[in-house]
Amino acid sequence: MNKVMLHVIETRNLRKAYGDFVAVDDVSFHLLPGECLGLLGPNGAGKTSTVRMIYGFSPMTDGELQVFGLDIRTDWRAIKARIGVCQQENNLDPDLTVIQNLQVFARYFDIPKAAAKAKAGELLHFIALQQRQKDTVTNLSGGMMRRLVLARALINDPELLILDEPTTGLDPQSRHQVWERLEELRANGLSILLTTHNMDEASHLCDRLIIMDHGKILVQGKPSWLVREYAGRDVVEVVNPSDELRSFVRTQPFMHDDLGRRIIIYGQEGEELFERIGRHFCKDDCIMRMATLEDVFLRLTGRELRE
Amino acid sequence: MSKMPSFQISRRFLRVWQRNYVVYQKTWKINFLTPLLEPLFYLLAFGYGMSALVGKVPFEGEELSYVIFITPSLLAIAMMYNAFFENTYASFVRMYYQKTFDAMLATPLSLHEVITGEIIWGATKSLIATAIMLGVVTAFGLVHYPQALFVLPLSFLAGIAFGSIGMFFTGVTPSIEAFNLPIFLFVTPMFLFSGTFFPVAGLPGWAQKLAMVFPLTHLVNATRHLCLGSMNADVFWGVLYLAVFSVVFFPLALVVMQRRLIR
Ligand SMILES: Nc1ncnc2c1ncn2[C@@H]1O[C@H](COP(=O)(O)OP(=O)(O)O)[C@@H](O)[C@H]1O
Ligand SMILES: [Mg+2]
Repeated sequence: MNKVMLHVIETRNLRKAYGDFVAVDDVSFHLLPGECLGLLGPNGAGKTSTVRMIYGFSPMTDGELQVFGLDIRTDWRAIKARIGVCQQENNLDPDLTVIQNLQVFARYFDIPKAAAKAKAGELLHFIALQQRQKDTVTNLSGGMMRRLVLARALINDPELLILDEPTTGLDPQSRHQVWERLEELRANGLSILLTTHNMDEASHLCDRLIIMDHGKILVQGKPSWLVREYAGRDVVEVVNPSDELRSFVRTQPFMHDDLGRRIIIYGQEGEELFERIGRHFCKDDCIMRMATLEDVFLRLTGRELRE
Repeated sequence: MSKMPSFQISRRFLRVWQRNYVVYQKTWKINFLTPLLEPLFYLLAFGYGMSALVGKVPFEGEELSYVIFITPSLLAIAMMYNAFFENTYASFVRMYYQKTFDAMLATPLSLHEVITGEIIWGATKSLIATAIMLGVVTAFGLVHYPQALFVLPLSFLAGIAFGSIGMFFTGVTPSIEAFNLPIFLFVTPMFLFSGTFFPVAGLPGWAQKLAMVFPLTHLVNATRHLCLGSMNADVFWGVLYLAVFSVVFFPLALVVMQRRLIR
């Protein structure tokens, strides 16, 4: 066991195969203490499969995986006791009330009754659900359920919080409420691993991102760095581009995507090309905007529809 | 690699048991009603309605009234039903629809502890129902003490046996509707032919042999001896049969559930 924990999570060539199908393919990354790391990828990229191995739900097929410096294959129970998990589905216990959901869950961690009661009260306050503590969970709105799942994941004072698509399917108000809670936890120094396919969420919450697809890591880095590196600073989108423009961009060194009815051109700071494009090739169906994480994501993972 | 070859069970399975107990407590009045009323209905229908047609039933050289004959059967059937249905339909709902097991698996609990907690809970429901029914039939003076008290630990053991086989079916069933198959092929024949409503001796020879394979036959037999006030070798054989049955199906239930849920 390490005296000083350098990495909360460390994986080396982590693999997950379901039969012949490889869902996670030689994935290596780490998570630093106090960091919020995002796994970003389209549906089926292997995000859930990856985090499930980390929280000891699903056995790894091959590679190395350490959490808190411990091996998941041997020390799974000790590791699980120190992690909080929000799974992708809202699997609150519908047979129990809001407060019972927290208290019964606390028992699974062997938290003594009095401590569990105090912690449950504190967490209900944190997620602003004190008024609903006697309600059955099926009466809660989607946003409330999600907040309760978050509170449940915090019942054991985890050192690492794992969130699998924490805001998928929520309306904007509920989503921002969850984000606020997560920002507060992050500010308090909790290490967080989250998966998402929401760009706002990734750039909003994460210190560092890993973009993955087809079970493989494509790139990793700080959100701003990824944008600069893979989409530049400014973007020009030209709708119904002329053949002239098409042949022009092909002769130029800058990155671009030709989507047929639309050309997207990515440029670095200080380039005058945009002005030239603007002047020569744009009538009124031309947009100039800042590059975003979504540009990076679509460039790296492609534009085809996923399951 | 790591296929988790060994069984991982600590006393933490009690946490899973407690979860079910908390839910049970919320509706305890309804939960108590069935074992309270069921024996009354059966005794009324079979004991009083049928007695006139049936007369006495021969059992081990004695002539028993039909009410005395079926009282232990009712207890044994309740043991089987409570555990079997808890670990089929109810466990399946928790596993498949409510994802309760998935949530538990994100805590220090192991899958084997979750399943063990479920089976021990099924056995507990068997025990609670048996205790209530025993109270009812005692009020009618239909059982002998102190031997009848041994029916309680027997109901717990029977609960483990029938709960384990129920959980085994839960591990392999493709859907909740498919439970109809083991119920039709396994539970219903046992309900009818295990020496419950008429002695096994009333069956043709081949069917008698088949009936001796049924765990319910052995459970009914042991329960009947205890209720009649005798503590003999038949009780011992019944207990042994149920114990062996549990020793086979409990680990089998863990294995199939592991195969189903751990991917
Ligand atoms: N239990 C399973 N059995 C077989 N294939 C699976 C299983 N779970 C996931 N997969 C497959 O693995 C791939 C990755 O899935 P998943 O990790 O859930 O992706 P994500 O969370 O990024 O959407 C998908 O193609 C999915 O169909
Ligand atoms: Mg997923």
